[in-house]
Amino acid sequence: MATKASRSAARLMMAPAVILLLGWMLVPLTMTLWFSFRTYLPLRGGDQGWTGFDNYVRFVTSSSFWPAVSTTLIIVTGVLAITIALGVLLAILLDQPMWGQGVVRILVIAPFFVMPTVSALVWKNIFMDPTNGLFAHLWRFFGADPVSWLSNAATPSIILIVSWQWLPFATLILLTAIQSLDSEQLEAAEMDGASPLARFFYITLPHLSRAITIVLLIQTIFLLAIFAEIFVTTGGAFGTRTLSYLIFQRVLESQNIGLGSAGGVYAIILANIVAIFLMRIVGKNLDT
Amino acid sequence: MGQIELKQVTKSFGDVQVIPPLDLTIKDGEFTVFVGPSGCGKSTLLRLIAGLEDITTGHIEIDGQDATDVVPARRGLAMVFQSYALYPHMTVRKNIAFPLKMAKMDQAEIDRRVDAAAQVLNLADYIDRRPGQLSGGQRQRVAIGRAIVREPAAFLFDEPLSNLDAALRVGMRMEISELHKKLATTMIYVTHDQVEAMTMADKIVVLQAGVIEQVGSPLELYRTPRNTFVAGFIGSPKMNLITGEEAAKHDAHTIGIRPEHIDVVESEGTWQGTVGVAEHLGSDTFFHIHNTGLADTLTVRAIGDISLTHGDTIHLSPRADEIHRFDAAGLRIG
Repeated sequence: MATKASRSAARLMMAPAVILLLGWMLVPLTMTLWFSFRTYLPLRGGDQGWTGFDNYVRFVTSSSFWPAVSTTLIIVTGVLAITIALGVLLAILLDQPMWGQGVVRILVIAPFFVMPTVSALVWKNIFMDPTNGLFAHLWRFFGADPVSWLSNAATPSIILIVSWQWLPFATLILLTAIQSLDSEQLEAAEMDGASPLARFFYITLPHLSRAITIVLLIQTIFLLAIFAEIFVTTGGAFGTRTLSYLIFQRVLESQNIGLGSAGGVYAIILANIVAIFLMRIVGKNLDT
Repeated sequence: MGQIELKQVTKSFGDVQVIPPLDLTIKDGEFTVFVGPSGCGKSTLLRLIAGLEDITTGHIEIDGQDATDVVPARRGLAMVFQSYALYPHMTVRKNIAFPLKMAKMDQAEIDRRVDAAAQVLNLADYIDRRPGQLSGGQRQRVAIGRAIVREPAAFLFDEPLSNLDAALRVGMRMEISELHKKLATTMIYVTHDQVEAMTMADKIVVLQAGVIEQVGSPLELYRTPRNTFVAGFIGSPKMNLITGEEAAKHDAHTIGIRPEHIDVVESEGTWQGTVGVAEHLGSDTFFHIHNTGLADTLTVRAIGDISLTHGDTIHLSPRADEIHRFDAAGLRIG
């Protein structure tokens, strides 16, 4: 981009993509903002005009708002903790030379290619079903009473299902990061008298910090919006109603588009707070 | 103390034997250089001594104690890697302190040793920076600093200067030599650069395909190379190796004569040829001479102030007592 001509040519050529992306984002955003200030009940009279901030006040003061926020945070942090901890361990394991490495790596990545709805249904019916599920059989084999996972331990169950889906992603990113670690650094540490555990904490983990922040950032953005896993398993019951699920219920089950839109605006604000927070961490990490 | 002894050491990777049985003794305080072309097994040999690779058969003794199965950290050796292998997320101070911290030394002693090393290597100005903010030469010093704080029995250097530019390389070469004089610790230094070997070593070990071709002081190797490989490898520019009729005159299969042992004469020389490329360095001139009937090219070192150029006829007279003679197997005669 040296000359003025090439710079304006570049702008011209980027314009269609930029305009398309901007439109894609701006139209739904504007519509959400528009509806959030109106009373809009599709089955009970349709669009009934402006209401000011009523929808916003009602959404926050509703008794299900704070539980939804806390459920969202519990699920997000739970999944992040599990995927990153197991992801680091799996990445280290997969980095070791072994027989059938290629096949094993593909198998590890496989869950990521299963649609969320499908994998949640598989977990619900094949593993967690209290009468016919594999877990139920396992529990009975050891003489214990089967647990009805999705009603008695609903949130942990959902964390488990979502972690299973996202573990491959974390593993993949962390594996590529581990492969870029200079083996001479590990050898130097070995000669310096560092035990395997010390080598992990002083060399490998700091080397992975950047990749871990990237996993953290990307996963958080996607995990704030998980929906299918809840929809097909608990349907938001047993304390698994997250913020995005609450919005869905307000719009479709209560048929209140104005209230749901106000919730959507809160969700945008929450996601942006998280994003800014994480961008700062990433920015700090990428500097050094 | 740091006497290192290799006894019948071999190393195989799968079915490939990269180091056939090898014996070598490195005396305490000696600066030993392993030199040889790429892939000759010199780095592997160093890694065997360090313990980063397991030896297939044989024994390694350090100070008379069997160290064959001892883990790297317990061998009391410190290594400087080609890539320096500094820890990028630690400051220079923490990098240097790392081996001491791993040895669970108390903080006051760590600080004292790190400061002493920083003093010796002039690191004080950038002790709180990270490796990413340092130049190649500074990183090299930090890597050496990390090695010396451990007060090891011997230092191992794996081509430490190959990532530096030419001017810096000469400077660091001197610094490492001075460090060796100051510490008087055993040092083993791996390089493919015979100039580094000649300038720094007390003892040079010339390796080819895992086999030791010759061991000796730099001048021994220069004066009496044991075979044609060593003859061609040590010395710059390379020794001229001549076979055929001219060699038969000296009762040898091959004769060798160094460029600096051939005199340029006005006329009536033993040999004559046409000048190809003439490299004028100021202090010296190197001529590459063709059409001598002896070899494809003959390299000759002459004085700097000489006016022969491309295409001129040149008369040469080798110094008879500087001719090296080799038999058909490439081994030295006499």
